Formats: sequence, structure tokens, C-alpha cells
Amino acid sequence: MASSSSYNCPCAACKFLRRKCMPGCIFAPYFPPEEPQKFANVHKIFGASNVSKLLHELLPHQREDAVNSLAYEAEARVKDPVYGCVGAISFLQRQVERLQKELDAANADLIRYACNDIPSGIACTAGSKFGSSHGSSAEAG
Amino acid sequence: MASSSNSPCAACKFLRRKCQPECVFAPYFPPDQPQKFANVHKVFGASNVTKLLNELHPHQREDAVNSLAYEADMRLRDPVYGCVGVISLLQHQLRQLQMDLSCAKSELSKYQNLGITGHGLIAAAAAAATATTHHHQQNLGINLIGSGGSNHRDHHYHHQFFPSNQQQMIRTFDAANNYDASSLLAMNVSASIGQISQLQQPRAAGGDDRRTAIDPS
Repeated sequence: MASSSSYNCPCAACKFLRRKCMPGCIFAPYFPPEEPQKFANVHKIFGASNVSKLLHELLPHQREDAVNSLAYEAEARVKDPVYGCVGAISFLQRQVERLQKELDAANADLIRYACNDIPSGIACTAGSKFGSSHGSSAEAG
Repeated sequence: MASSSNSPCAACKFLRRKCQPECVFAPYFPPDQPQKFANVHKVFGASNVTKLLNELHPHQREDAVNSLAYEADMRLRDPVYGCVGVISLLQHQLRQLQMDLSCAKSELSKYQNLGITGHGLIAAAAAAATATTHHHQQNLGINLIGSGGSNHRDHHYHHQFFPSNQQQMIRTFDAANNYDASSLLAMNVSASIGQISQLQQPRAAGGDDRRTAIDPS
């Protein structure tokens, strides 16, 4: 956490809001003066009073992560005003679906290799029957 | 779309004001969805949303409102991480899937290269099963890699938010396909948020000794 003493330097939030940075400033630990853009983005998207309310509703040990996630979302929204970070979610969901399908197909191939008497090097295609067609000499005929 | 001549939109109802014909909220906050505006108002504030919508073309506003509503909903469900928790979860799933796929392809290539058929495959697979650990062991003696769904995955998250029905929490959001993938990679969630970066640690439970994750491309 950045320790911003109001006697030395106001935090980025109070600098932005042009007010005195008091000792108990809720923003000071999380918006150091050397990162002005962080608060600027958060203020633009969420607003100072919404962020303040949210932080007050959290336990102190949760606040840093909350501020950082808000800063991330705010930056994403500034860069993409239409979708914000939801665009990333949509993209990742599609990637997960795509890879899951590939994995399912690979597992299906593994099963086919185990169940079918397919010589190596021959690609398995969908639709081949499962089930062993050959019995060992130990099995009853 | 809500007609202000008949019924105020959800926003104006919430704000207790007259819904004017040119109300910027009316097309996107119908009166039958009061919670949508309530959430957006709580997280973003009405004036911030107004400013944002006014900066967009009219054809972009519906998607913008829906994404804001989604973000607001996620933030209210998880006040600490909001949507970022969802992104983190998806990144973790993606890394896991890539590892699983890599393992599956490696197994496949063994069978393709060894030239073993039928029962020999089963025996080889059984031998391979003792060397590596996977999620599931089928009675065929083949270890299928991963599973068909995330329910079988072993999630270790440091934030307590995610319930067992995680997939239900992550509502699919159908954003347009013009999302810039490179900007996602530039905004590395794990790098910017300290505790979430611990999700990149290899899973310790289950004795999983898989290879390190491959970054999504």
C-alpha cells in the first residue's frame, strides 16, 4: 500500500478532487499520487462517491483487491466504451468452448484407439464403432 | 423499448422523475426490468451512465447498457473482484484446458507412433497410467484427459466467492466479434491484481504433475 501523508502529499484521489487529503482518507492507501491515471479512470467510470461507498462496505483487507479490480474495469471501459472488460469475458468464453470441443474430440480418439483394432498411423474418424472386435486367446470363444 | 407516454422507463421510475420523450435511458431500461437499472445505478451512477451513453453512437448504446448491466450485476455479486473474478476464472480454465489438450495430444501421438493395436494399446495405456496422473481413469485402461465439464476440475481459489455452480455464475455474454484479442493479452489480469496471480501456481492437490501452462494465443 502506498502511504500518503496528507502533510506531505495528497493522494491521487484528493489531488484530482482538489481537496485536502485527511489522515483517514479512504482512498489514500490505494491511489498513490504517482498513479494519477488510476483514480482518473475510476472516477470517470464509477464516480468517487460510489467507490467510497463500496470501499466502506468492505473489510480493510479486501479493499486493495477491490480497488485494483475497479481500476482494471475502469481502464477496460475507457479503452472500450461499448463492452469494457465484458468483451474480454466474451472472448475467453469462446476460447474455453473451442478448447473444450478439441479436448472432447481428442478424448474420443483415445477411446477409439483403445476400443478399435486400428493400426497405428491411420487417423480415426467419427462414427467408427466402439467395442473390441477381437478376443484374446484366454477368452471363451 | 419503453414508451414514456404510457409508462416511465425503469430509470425514471427509480429516479422518481418524469420520463421525457427523449429520455436517454428509456430504450434500454424497460419498466419490467427494474433491477437492471437499480444495479447499474448503484455501481456506476446515473450521471456517469448518461455521459457514457451520450458519447456513443445510438447503435452502440444497447450493447453498452447490457455490458454495464452485466458488470454491475457481477460487482454486486462479488464486491471485491466483480467481473475481474470471472476473467480470472476463465483464464484459469483456459490454461487448464490447454494443459489437458496438450496431454491428450501427447497420448494420442504415442499410440500413433508405437504401432500397437487392440489389446496392446490397452496394456500400454495401463502402463502409462501408472507414470502420470490424470483426472479420470476409465475402465478401458485409458486415461482420458480432463473431463467433459468443469465440475470435475479442481479449483483452488483464494477468494471465497466462487460457489460450486461456477458455470451458472458466469452468464454468457454475447459481445460482438470485433473484440481485440491483443488488448486482452496486454491487460494481464494476474499481473495487475496481486492475489489473483497466485492462481498461476501449479495445482498442488491430486498430485498433478502436468506441464506448465501455455499462454493463450
